[in-house]
Amino acid sequence: MKNKQSLIVGTTSRFLLPLLLLFSIFLLMRGHYQPGGGFVGGLVAAAGFALYSIASGVEEARRALRIHPRTLIALGLIGALLSGLLGIFWGGAFMAALWFPYPAPVIGLIGTPLLFDVGVYLVVVGVVLTIVFNLAE
Amino acid sequence: MQIFWPILILFIAAGLAPSLTRQSEKLAHYGLSLTALAVFGLVTFWFEDVQSGPSVASIPWLPALNVNLTFLLDGLSFVFSLLISGIGALVVIYAGAYLKGHRHLGRLYLFLFVFMGAMLGLVLSDNLIAMFVFWELTSISSYFLIGFNHNGKSSRDAALQALLVTGAGGLILLFGLVLLGLAGDSFEFSELLAQPALILASPLLTPIMILIMLGAFTKSAQFPFHFWLPNAMEAPTPVSAYLHSATMVKAGIYLIARCTPLFAAAELWQHSITLVGCVTMLTGAIMALKQSDLKRVLAYTTVSSLGIIVFLLGLGTEQTIIAASVYLLSHALFKGALFMTAGIIDHETGSRDIRILSGLGLQMPITAAVAIFAGLSMAGIPPLMGFISKELLYDAVLRNSFYPTFLIIVCLATNIALLAASVVIALRPFIGAKTTLPKAPHDPSIGFLAGPAVLALLGFIFGFFLEFPVKSLIQPMAIAIAGYRLPVDLYLWHGLNLPLLLSIFTIAAGAYLFKERRHFRDSKILSRFFTLGPERGYFAIFKAVVWLAAFQTRKLQSGFMRNYLLIILAFTIALVGHTLFYAISFDKIFEAGFTPLYHEIALAVVVIIGVLAVIKMRSRLGAVAALGVVGYGAALFFVFFGAPDLAMTQFAIETLTVILFVFVLYQLPGFTSFSGSLTRFRDLIVAGGFGTLMMLIVLAITVKPYDPGLSTFFAENSYTLAKGRNVVNVILVDFRALDTLGEILVIAVAAIGVYALLKLRIKAGHEK
Repeated sequence: MKNKQSLIVGTTSRFLLPLLLLFSIFLLMRGHYQPGGGFVGGLVAAAGFALYSIASGVEEARRALRIHPRTLIALGLIGALLSGLLGIFWGGAFMAALWFPYPAPVIGLIGTPLLFDVGVYLVVVGVVLTIVFNLAE
Repeated sequence: MQIFWPILILFIAAGLAPSLTRQSEKLAHYGLSLTALAVFGLVTFWFEDVQSGPSVASIPWLPALNVNLTFLLDGLSFVFSLLISGIGALVVIYAGAYLKGHRHLGRLYLFLFVFMGAMLGLVLSDNLIAMFVFWELTSISSYFLIGFNHNGKSSRDAALQALLVTGAGGLILLFGLVLLGLAGDSFEFSELLAQPALILASPLLTPIMILIMLGAFTKSAQFPFHFWLPNAMEAPTPVSAYLHSATMVKAGIYLIARCTPLFAAAELWQHSITLVGCVTMLTGAIMALKQSDLKRVLAYTTVSSLGIIVFLLGLGTEQTIIAASVYLLSHALFKGALFMTAGIIDHETGSRDIRILSGLGLQMPITAAVAIFAGLSMAGIPPLMGFISKELLYDAVLRNSFYPTFLIIVCLATNIALLAASVVIALRPFIGAKTTLPKAPHDPSIGFLAGPAVLALLGFIFGFFLEFPVKSLIQPMAIAIAGYRLPVDLYLWHGLNLPLLLSIFTIAAGAYLFKERRHFRDSKILSRFFTLGPERGYFAIFKAVVWLAAFQTRKLQSGFMRNYLLIILAFTIALVGHTLFYAISFDKIFEAGFTPLYHEIALAVVVIIGVLAVIKMRSRLGAVAALGVVGYGAALFFVFFGAPDLAMTQFAIETLTVILFVFVLYQLPGFTSFSGSLTRFRDLIVAGGFGTLMMLIVLAITVKPYDPGLSTFFAENSYTLAKGRNVVNVILVDFRALDTLGEILVIAVAAIGVYALLKLRIKAGHEK
């Protein structure tokens, strides 16, 4: 794909990627109170990297991501599982939600459901990028 | 809660084992042996609790589905836990010596500890479902352990066979357990055992008993499922000693013992178990004498011993339950020891062929002493524990009112053959003239000998000092099996009575049979009758399944997306349409009128134009873009009807889909051939039918009176219970988080699948 690089796409994607990532984290964090959440946030982040890989090539996109998509999947699954397991020891049952009693500024309350959502986010990013990168290669 | 710790420790140790072994093999050997010993130590601390009666501890898991991590500690689970953790520790010590320097030793430790934890969980579980999960985990770890030498085809086949037989039994068992739980209105053993009358009165009693028995028989290698156990001897010897003699194969026996208070009053249960045990013990004992491989002889004698215990439990009288408890304990001790000495012989001489092993006694005197001690117990020679269990067997069968003459003859034949087999295993290799062997043998290191020596000595000590094991182990166990208090008094010397005479006869006849074993081994009729039958059935079923899979793959898996879509849609139309046709009155659907707003009509027109464009477009990229229009249109509908979360996700998905399509299409040639008019007509019918179906479903839903129960619940509780205002997200990450966990696991697996499809094919292409 490299030989078909367009100057416009290349330049905009470089600016769009950080914006989209920021937006995706915004969606993830507000998910508990307003429309958003880990799933859609992950999709937006993945879309940003996919766009970047179209513009600058997969090699470059992988470098920008820094972490291998496979690792993201594993981290996400571990995070989601951990948020459930914490419930066993302190909440009484698997997946019982635990909350930090004082709300953090901007984000709101922090608890295991947020950790779970972060896990979903990471898995979605990892899965989509695994597919995108491999298809593009 | 304290019951939970040993299991947790074992699983954690399993996870750490491979990397620890990679760091330092010696350190791993010491560390893991100590861990296993510590677990054994923890288990012994339950001793006091057990004496004061059964106790239950619970950790809620999925309380809404009656799935809890509940543990039941009583005499039965305590003795099993002692055997599992005690022999487990000895096996870990032994395995480190046996596979010293092996490339995959870490992997062996991993599965060994997973198995140990699972087996402990199995016998301690009070919850039926939790027990089933541990049950399956033992089957799976057994699969990996049998297939440890994965380069050999025979060991892979044996592993698969064991997995299929015990796995099929496990599925059958699951049905039985679910039915049992429904019949008794509880999924806890402790609650079921408190009300056996309820189960006995249930109309489901017969299917429950049959399903549970099948599960137990496959796991404990009972006839006609016994064939997998001798084949499982492909596993490294520590594994055979542990899983396939002392512990895992006793899971079925554990289950039968656990269920005895529930079903013992039912004739079907008594008779089937007695009969199956009877056939198994005779088959195993006779087949043992026909083997030439040391481990296979042991495997068949194990089958026979398992049969004896099952048989005793089937008879279900006070004496037989005590006899079964004693036999179980003594068998675990002597058979574990004999397997380990067989492993030593194999390791030191390089051969397991009993036809050439001879005269090893002088070269490896300690091994010989250990083996002979264990062998004496197996042969039932006084004063060892095996003698007591054999006396009890004769005594219990003679007192039983159920065909005593027939059964005592079967027991005699079995014990005579077992005695001859024990001479073959434990004595024959060490006496006689020296032969030339692949390696010059000598006594191995202490790590090797510790395990078998401890087990053999225990069999000896328990025989002499009966008081301790009887009061602290046998009695609580027998009480737990019987379900009521019963007196247990055992003596080494019963006086001159019929059982003693039978024992003496057994020894004499066994010795004669040992002398004449060659004739026996060469007899063709016997082997054909006993081996080939059931195993041939296994292969026939195996073949049939593979044929069926190949057949349906040929018919259905064409590899073309369009065919899959066609089949899926056609079936959906037929099945859903059928239900819809009968469930819904069509008059009502068309009566319900509604007036669309202008912007809705406009959007609908855009979507329809998009669809027409997809059909008419002559380039792939154009078709994909048009499809994107349809998707965005659908997402806008979500916005109109107040589902912003759904709309947002749909937008993101549509965007990504177009990107993915572009990547794929980039590599494809343009459209070259278009379908003919007949195919198009067929596709039109299917597509039109599916569209109509979906429309009818939506209309049918709007006609039905709206039940706001769920929405109200979530709207009211999402903030108070889950502290979130976005109901959709709260459902996803809190109320139904378990579903979401399952879903992200599925998409992760899907990603691995895509990776494999794309990358492995390319690699295969390179190799060509």
